[in-house]
Amino acid sequence: MVMTFLRRELVLLARQKADWLNPLLFFIIVLTLFPLGVGPEPNQLRIMAPGIVWIAALLSVLLAAERLFRDDYRNGVIEQLVASRQGVMAFVLAKTAANWLSTGLPLVMLSPVVAMLLGVDKAAFIAMMLTLLLGTPMLSILSVLGAALTMSADKGGILLALLIVPLYIPLLIFASAAIEAAGMGLSYSGQLAILVAMLLLALALVPLAVASALRINVS
Amino acid sequence: MTDFFCARGLSCIRQDRVLFQGLDLELVPGQLLQVQGKNGAGKSSLLRLLAGLSTPDDGEILFQGLPLSQQLDQFSTSLCYIGHQSGIHEHLTALENLAFWRAAYELPYQDNLSLLGELGLAGLEDVPCRMLSAGQQRRVSLARLWLTQAPLWILDEPFTALDQHSIARLQQRFHQQLAAGGAIIVTTHQPLSVDFPSLKTLELAYRW
Amino acid sequence: MFKWLHPLAKPETLYRFCGHLFPWLMLSALTILLVGNVWGLVFAPQDYQQFDTVRIMYIHVPSALLSMSTYTMMAIAAFIALVWQVKVAQWSVLAIAPIGAVFTAISLLTGMAWGKPMWGTWWEWDARLTSQLILLFLYLGVIALYGAFSDRQTGGKVASLLAVIGVVNVPIIHFSVEWWHTLHQGASIMKFDTPSVHPSMLWPLLISLLGFYLLMLALVCLRLRTAILEHEQHRPWVRATLGGH
Repeated sequence: MVMTFLRRELVLLARQKADWLNPLLFFIIVLTLFPLGVGPEPNQLRIMAPGIVWIAALLSVLLAAERLFRDDYRNGVIEQLVASRQGVMAFVLAKTAANWLSTGLPLVMLSPVVAMLLGVDKAAFIAMMLTLLLGTPMLSILSVLGAALTMSADKGGILLALLIVPLYIPLLIFASAAIEAAGMGLSYSGQLAILVAMLLLALALVPLAVASALRINVS
Repeated sequence: MTDFFCARGLSCIRQDRVLFQGLDLELVPGQLLQVQGKNGAGKSSLLRLLAGLSTPDDGEILFQGLPLSQQLDQFSTSLCYIGHQSGIHEHLTALENLAFWRAAYELPYQDNLSLLGELGLAGLEDVPCRMLSAGQQRRVSLARLWLTQAPLWILDEPFTALDQHSIARLQQRFHQQLAAGGAIIVTTHQPLSVDFPSLKTLELAYRW
Repeated sequence: MFKWLHPLAKPETLYRFCGHLFPWLMLSALTILLVGNVWGLVFAPQDYQQFDTVRIMYIHVPSALLSMSTYTMMAIAAFIALVWQVKVAQWSVLAIAPIGAVFTAISLLTGMAWGKPMWGTWWEWDARLTSQLILLFLYLGVIALYGAFSDRQTGGKVASLLAVIGVVNVPIIHFSVEWWHTLHQGASIMKFDTPSVHPSMLWPLLISLLGFYLLMLALVCLRLRTAILEHEQHRPWVRATLGGH
């Protein structure tokens, strides 16, 4: 069932390209804003790079989150799925996976370009790629949660950011700390281990919360 | 036999308005229940309560003698609910939408193509549903009724936007379902054109 | 064990129960707060380093402690609301949330006022200040989420769910911020991190704390009563109680 649902999500993404291309474009644009705003001094950029990359990633994932459930809610797909009950969890997992494949994975693949733009050295670049690889699934999980909570709300967008950004904070702290440590030539396996632990915890708990948020929103 | 599906003393309050209070209903296999009432009388809310989507403010719903809240998982496998919205995604084709619902209901493989042909959608299987007319979209949505084996159907305004021919087809499908020992709860504005011997109507009055 | 709690799940009983409780709570809260604060603000000794600014403590410490316990209380109510579908528990989540938010805001503002003379700056990216700020965001999130739904019942349930999710997250956020803080700057400015408070200051502090707790409970009772009336306005007992029109 999960595979059928995932295929459906990917077909939808292929037909609505703006849904995932716009957040990616947004990511690049935010990245270009930082040197323009704080000055192009290479050393300064290198110091700020971890924070810049992760904040841009958070914002672009947040941008993609708002539309996650909108169509399916409006069409009554979610209501009828909740009535059938069996499909809900598979649907949540498929949504999360599709969201990561369409927003998280492209960010990981864009990271060499980012490293180049911000003048990040090789060690920090590898750390950046690793944290993006481990951290973006968590971003997807949490943004699915936020989208599910605000699904039937009258004013989604800003509210979603208010709810979800506090939950992103631990991720932001540990991911940028790992890149920073790598940039200074220190070991960062501890930070990565914490990222993995948070990811596993989120994978275990959040889908349950999402499923119950969907149920509440159609009740 | 009387304990297939029944509700006792149901109340529903939405946005500070009492939609209905102390509502009783009973359904036996082979029976068709038609819920009537004005716009805003609470027909959809009632159906959503009966489908287990929301909980009543008072009263209880029993399925096969047990309260719904205790057996939502078993109940949902015996239920086919199609709400006011079509439940089809307009960027997907008719075939893709059907494949989605078949997976969601965990139904075995059937020939979707000939089913859609039978419903007068031949040649439109591969067109995104947003290109279809409202009536055609409704037909794609209702195609599930030809797939499902659930004994209880709860349908919200299934006849909306359908042409005479499709309405007749749907009512014929209702007959099959009732003959097979199933039960149907349906809301409509217009009277049913085919004669159902087991028809029961429930009138919801609009309350202030 | 919970048998005596059960009748309180009925809105009418809870309404009357809160009504009986409220005057006692409010009266004792005001008396105790008066004693504690006058003692603390006027009679307690000055700190040998901080002089009179230490008196902010008698407001700051109780409100900071309360911001956490109020969140716990809200989360417990939210959990009950979600698992056992108790309506009054759901209403109490929304009755508690603004109170907790206000206490959090008070603790932040008094903390800033205390920080200015002590650290020389209004705001320090200190671990406790930062996680307190995030706690305020969580409170505001619960309130805003409830307000975003036109259907109050859905809003209440979703807000309860968020409050429960927050409970898992508050410790994670707190520890990560603490870890982040130790990474970024030494704890040199936190000289009075674990203060050993002299009894002459401890007593007024404890009394103020008790006063704040009672005040919080009294306010919750008051808000919960209003919420019950609002949600149950169509029930006959409300009309009978309010002299029905």
